[in-house]
Amino acid sequence: MPTFVYMTSCDGCGHCVDICPSDIMHIDEKYRRAYNIEPNMCWDCYSCVKACPQNAISSRGYADFAPLGHSVRALREEDKGVISWRVKFRNGEEKNFVSPIRTTEWGSIPGPQEYDPPKPEDFRSQELSHEPDYLKIDEGLPSLDPNRLQQKVNK
Amino acid sequence: MSLFKARKTITIDADILIVGGGMAGCGATYESRYWGRNLKVVCVEKANIERSGAVAQGLYAINCYMGMRWNENRPEDFVEYASNDLMGLVREDLAYDIGRHVDSTVHKFEEWGLPMMRDPETGRYQREGKWQIMIHGESYKPIVAEAARKAASEVHNRIMVTHLLTDKNDPNRASGAIGFNVRTGDFYIFKAKAVIVAAGGASHIFKPRAVGEGMGRTWYAPWSSASAYGLPIRIGAKMTQMENRIVLTRFKDGYGPVGAYFLHLKTYTQNAYGEEYESKWYEDTKKLVGDYVDRTPVPTCLRNHALLRELANGGGPIRMVTTEAFQDPHKETVGWENFLGMTIGQAAVWASQNIDPKHTNPELTTSEPYVMGSHATCSGAWASGPEDYAPSEYRWGYNRMMTVNGLFGAGDASGGTPHKFSSGSFTEGRIAGKAAVNYIQDTGTSPEIDMAEVERLKAEVFQPLENYSVGRNEIVAGTVSPSYILPIHALQRLEKLMDEYCGGISTNYMTNEPLLTRGLELMDMLKEDSDHIGAEDLHQLQRTWEFKHRLMASESVMQHTLFREETRWPGYYYRGDHMQLNDDDWHCFTLSQYDAEKDSWTMEKAPVYHITD
Ligand SMILES: Cc1cc2nc3c(=O)[nH]c(=O)nc-3n(C[C@H](O)[C@H](O)[C@H](O)COP(=O)(O)OP(=O)(O)OC[C@H]3O[C@@H](n4cnc5c(N)ncnc54)[C@H](O)[C@@H]3O)c2cc1C
Ligand code: SF4
Ligand code: SF4
Repeated sequence: MPTFVYMTSCDGCGHCVDICPSDIMHIDEKYRRAYNIEPNMCWDCYSCVKACPQNAISSRGYADFAPLGHSVRALREEDKGVISWRVKFRNGEEKNFVSPIRTTEWGSIPGPQEYDPPKPEDFRSQELSHEPDYLKIDEGLPSLDPNRLQQKVNK
Repeated sequence: MSLFKARKTITIDADILIVGGGMAGCGATYESRYWGRNLKVVCVEKANIERSGAVAQGLYAINCYMGMRWNENRPEDFVEYASNDLMGLVREDLAYDIGRHVDSTVHKFEEWGLPMMRDPETGRYQREGKWQIMIHGESYKPIVAEAARKAASEVHNRIMVTHLLTDKNDPNRASGAIGFNVRTGDFYIFKAKAVIVAAGGASHIFKPRAVGEGMGRTWYAPWSSASAYGLPIRIGAKMTQMENRIVLTRFKDGYGPVGAYFLHLKTYTQNAYGEEYESKWYEDTKKLVGDYVDRTPVPTCLRNHALLRELANGGGPIRMVTTEAFQDPHKETVGWENFLGMTIGQAAVWASQNIDPKHTNPELTTSEPYVMGSHATCSGAWASGPEDYAPSEYRWGYNRMMTVNGLFGAGDASGGTPHKFSSGSFTEGRIAGKAAVNYIQDTGTSPEIDMAEVERLKAEVFQPLENYSVGRNEIVAGTVSPSYILPIHALQRLEKLMDEYCGGISTNYMTNEPLLTRGLELMDMLKEDSDHIGAEDLHQLQRTWEFKHRLMASESVMQHTLFREETRWPGYYYRGDHMQLNDDDWHCFTLSQYDAEKDSWTMEKAPVYHITD
């Protein structure tokens, strides 16, 4: 269900252009507003819909198989940490859903360089960053006895 | 032409270059920084890492988690499961490696803020199935991208990487990459001591079921452009199992996922007449694959096979019985949120067709084939195994290093390791990141860029703009030109060709030697024509290079499919001239190597090592 932009809501800010993974949200030169330049390369991922501060973007089911009259609306609120959905059927029926999107503050993830640097001997071990601690098991990182890997046809 | 003149060349000196900032690329960026505190770690991405790759719209489950801390699974169990599902052909050394590390990745994700569902009784992560755990993953990608951004020296968004570079004095050593900025048209040269390719899998190799406006609603994202294969193949990296394309049974038209439906909601399938049909095709399947049909769980391809047999027998459409489970309001919510969390287009299909699964059992279909390496399939680069146990035939360098020195792969890029999914792909990126740091420290010297080669490639990169501006003057208007074809024309010719000759939907996934041979002849002409693609603007230039990567990958898929003279995965594809699974001759990996100078392929077999008790 490729996206489209409502003329009266879009202010041409370009957030959708910046986010679209398919690079198909572009600003129309004449109207200075965004539009979907290549609907047949739209995955309906809603990245643009979620990013639009004006809620100017919506989506209409792919013409190949989706009858008209439905809608799927999304409102993503980072400050509240939730996303809300409204699914409207062709026959008018409606379903609403709300899900959490994140449990921590945006921007709060520490970079790997903020942890103590690894010791020289750690480079040759098979352990990755934060291991073995983050495996949360007492035995440490598992390993295989090389002799257990045998060339044979079936198990 | 003004664009052409204003174009700048920007050179970036990196230590580690990560190509593609999806799940694996973010993992590689994070880990490279952890171990390489003073290294310059650069991540280059054709979109925006905040929402790029297959996880752009979010996920509702993490499909690879052992749960070792609760004694739920061991890495060995994971290997057995993955190998079983792929009909015995898995790089078990690599799969074990994913299994032993993946839990630490998932525990980090939770700490970073990814909302995990918990089992109210046990307090453990809510299991969807034996390997899957349920999440509220709308912001999965933004969260992972935040970690990568904190780790990277630089993230370059909107740069389409077109070629990998090799060392001026050693053609088997990586030295960086080139590409162009899809907004400014600037040309980028990235010099690097190690390169990690994490550019994702491939959609739009085979003709999709919807070919109009809906062609973008493929199962794998339309931006999964096969760059993870097209880039390394050109510089001679060996590929493995490229014939092992995947076909997915999914909800019709939207390709909504079925995992949670089968595993958590306990919905089940039936034919048009309300009958269970899988058992009907047991004997038929057994004739093709022998005892493999008795494995539990039944391999994904064989379940497809039963469905395809039932359809051919007139039992369609196949439906998912949802009307029972959806009476439970909790399950109904899970069913819908599952789509809204990862395949919104399916929710739209149901809403538009008034399909409320509480009252109507929705149809299933089998998708067109996809080429990728992290789902129930394992196409990708032939990579070196873990230092502590991989057999010597699997170990020539650093963990996840391809057969080109200093070139690493992770996620869909890395072959032989199915069922990694999002968490395993990130984990594999971490493995490659650490290995790349060790490689750089041990190697000491820096590779050299061949500037004459770069200049030659630069002209090639922008040629499609030139083709268009010259050819466009010949015609009044429109899309038909005698001197160029548009990227979409080239793509659709490729899709049709692969569909008809390499086992796509229109032949019911059937191919054979004569078809493949003819397909390769037509592909040669397409390769020649690909020098005559006209790109109207930078966006179309991106589409051109995506096409070229898809074409390179497709040729490899053809060569591999031709080489493996058996039907190993009925339900994914059939070699009509060799309908039987043949363990005597083909219990092996297929490897290919492309020689760009001669434009030729070399095929070979590699042994399968299994973990024994
Ligand atoms: C519909 C769907 C449902 C799924 N469900 C689940 C699930 O429930 N649980 C789960 O764990 N996994 C799931 N997966 C699988 C998961 O998404 C993949 O396994 C994972 O994303 C693979 O990681 P990757 O890094 O290899 O590829 P990606 O995450 O796709 O990343 C590839 C990156 O490379 C970039 N790139 C590509 N080409 C170039 C180029 N030439 N230059 C620069 N950058 C480039 C892309 O833009 C992208 O950012 C699902 C996938 C899909 C599509
Ligand atoms: S984000 Fe919204 S308001 Fe901004 S350009 Fe796009 S559609 Fe218009
Ligand atoms: S839905 Fe996704 S692919 Fe389609 S225009 Fe929006 S961001 Fe791009």
